[in-house]
Amino acid sequence: MDLSFSQDELAFRDHIKGFFADHFPQDIRDKMDRGIRLDKDDFVRWQKILNEHGYMAVNWPVEYGGTGWTPVQKYIFANEMAQANAPDVVPFGVSMVGPVIYTFGNEAQKQQFLPDILASNVWWCQGYSEPGAGSDLASLKTLAERDDDEYVINGTKTWTTLGQHADWIFVLARTNTDVARRQEGISFILCDMNTPGISVRPIITIEGGHEVNEVHFENVRVPVANLVGEEGKGWTYGKVLLQHERTNIAAVARSKYRLARLKELAAGSLHGAEPLMQQSTFRSKLVETEVALKALEYTDLRTLAAVATGKAPGPESSILKIRGTEMQQRLDSLFLEAAGYYAMPYVPDQFSLDAKDEDIVVDSAEPTTALRYFNYRKASIYGGSNEIQKNIIAKHVLGL
Amino acid sequence: MDFSISEDQQMLQDSVARYIADEYDFDSRQAAAESKLGYSAERWQSFAELGWTAVPFAEADGGLDGGAVELMLVMEQFGRGLVIEPYLPSIVMAGGVLKRLANDEQKGAWLADLIEGSKTAALAYAEPQSRYTLHDVATTATVSGDAYILNGHKTVVLNGGNADTLVISARTGDARTDASGISLFVVDANTAGISRKAYGTVDARQAAEIELKDVSVPASQLLGSAGDALATLEQVIGEATIGICAEAVGIMQMLNVKTLEYTKQRVQFGTPIAAFQALQHRMVDMFMIGEESRSLLLHAVMTAQEADTDAADKAVRALKIHIGTAGRTLGEEAVQLHGGMGVTWELDVAHYFKRLTMIDTLFGNAGHHIDSYPL
Repeated sequence: MDLSFSQDELAFRDHIKGFFADHFPQDIRDKMDRGIRLDKDDFVRWQKILNEHGYMAVNWPVEYGGTGWTPVQKYIFANEMAQANAPDVVPFGVSMVGPVIYTFGNEAQKQQFLPDILASNVWWCQGYSEPGAGSDLASLKTLAERDDDEYVINGTKTWTTLGQHADWIFVLARTNTDVARRQEGISFILCDMNTPGISVRPIITIEGGHEVNEVHFENVRVPVANLVGEEGKGWTYGKVLLQHERTNIAAVARSKYRLARLKELAAGSLHGAEPLMQQSTFRSKLVETEVALKALEYTDLRTLAAVATGKAPGPESSILKIRGTEMQQRLDSLFLEAAGYYAMPYVPDQFSLDAKDEDIVVDSAEPTTALRYFNYRKASIYGGSNEIQKNIIAKHVLGL
Repeated sequence: MDFSISEDQQMLQDSVARYIADEYDFDSRQAAAESKLGYSAERWQSFAELGWTAVPFAEADGGLDGGAVELMLVMEQFGRGLVIEPYLPSIVMAGGVLKRLANDEQKGAWLADLIEGSKTAALAYAEPQSRYTLHDVATTATVSGDAYILNGHKTVVLNGGNADTLVISARTGDARTDASGISLFVVDANTAGISRKAYGTVDARQAAEIELKDVSVPASQLLGSAGDALATLEQVIGEATIGICAEAVGIMQMLNVKTLEYTKQRVQFGTPIAAFQALQHRMVDMFMIGEESRSLLLHAVMTAQEADTDAADKAVRALKIHIGTAGRTLGEEAVQLHGGMGVTWELDVAHYFKRLTMIDTLFGNAGHHIDSYPL
């Protein structure tokens, strides 16, 4: 048992640190540091830089343009990315539909879609959840009816993150309603967002942002060639997709970075005569949060070490999503607490780089604290709510 | 980065695990706990014969050169078996001081017997006023010719009543709460002037109040140099803290297993209560606490092997805080899910719970370590 990185791993870390220092654009960093939402061009510009260096698809196999890195190298990369406060790659193309296409798609589909995902030429969004199918995803009702060499899609998808930017959507739709199990008869279909019959309606979230959308399909005709894998096997492919981002699901590196910023904020904020950092109640919460984060980090590392030695992740890996999102929310809550009165102003205009002086009502260290707190209540709900995660652990780990 | 253990370490773990599973049943443990000695002398001899009492000592001293990993492996199994023999006080604590400070002559005179298992020892450091502050020492040791005269009161000394040998902290200089001026002595427990009032603890261990009244200790029984003992005391308590936290991880594992088994066989409303989602989610919470505790234990053990002592100290505190908060919650949940049976003397779960709760109290509870945790 030992904690140290090998010489090669240390050299790799220095190399990656240098990459972020040299190539991560300062204006995007400024936005990240000030909690300003990135626009489409920011993401695309940064992802193209990543791709030029071969870092876009960290988890893909080398043959499709992945890195071939070891789990430890991936861990180091995620850490350095968080330390640079660089944004995560938008997951819908590279982390979700990409792996489904290279695992289950045909040669033509691989050639058509994978290079554009790597190059961020095509923006993907996801068509999973429906107004009536959230945690119970298998109850989805969107229909894809075969008409000669086309599917005709009707239905509504929701919670489509950044769908307003999307060029393509991957859709889980029912191709067969006469099935023994609801999980059967669902197909995984790729769809151009410019196809007639598709309309996108914004959903404004609790903090006032436009992040998610509802996507309506009205007699949308899609070539059968856009079916991935076999008809009716979409549920299986979808599960693979959700499992794919195992590494980094706990977002430990990001939370470590935020805890360090929170300590800075608490050390610089006065509470009476002493810094907030010294106030015993707040200090206790900080200590317990740091302890919980250390526990999460080492649970993540145990999983990583198992994968690195070719073993399947142990049962400890199942807790990462729950504890990872709880940690994000715990930090959000402490930021809110640390901000005091400055949590209150709701002045969206000031949260942009080109804000005019008269737009800025307070020059606080964490102007978007409350917005993030409210927005990230989503973290324990999306990707299978934490209650669903507990059901999964109860069934598959505890055998209940 | 490597979380795996060596072949030798695996053998040690297997040997303790096998003994606990095959020989250390709950009923005979309870009988031994109720005996006059409070544990089984025969089993203690077996521990020595199997080499476990030699684990943390240097080969030159007759030991097996074990470190934090070996300590963790042994103590985790002891937690699973709810072992009451005095491994912690005699080997980890008193032995921990001796291996660090004793000269060769002192090791020959005092340590060899502990490793052999023919004698046991105790570390008398806590005092009525000191709570968890290791440098709060009111006991005095004043020079008189070529001896020291010890006066004071040591409290809740684990294995203090049964111990043949006492390692005692006393002040040879400076004021009561100063970091400097603390010394450690090794003393025969039957030396004139030592009176011991022995008692059992709620977690079936043995302890004693020890009064020192003009106890004359030859200068040759001073361990290390006079006035410099605090750092050693801190190291030993730090190591012992890792030990009891490993024990706690073993206990949590057993509580989780037993709770799962119980809820699967306990039928109410015509169905095993494990089928109720309210209970399932609570058992998932218990499972998560167990895994996190193991993660923090591995972190503390791995950090203890590195050169950075501040990081090691912090890692131990983090572990102890988690065991003292989440771990205690796990114990309470295990009792709750066992229903009425969980609060009976008859069921082992109650005894695992008591030990887990006392582990929080030992060497600084969660509140203490939260306050002293360096952010």
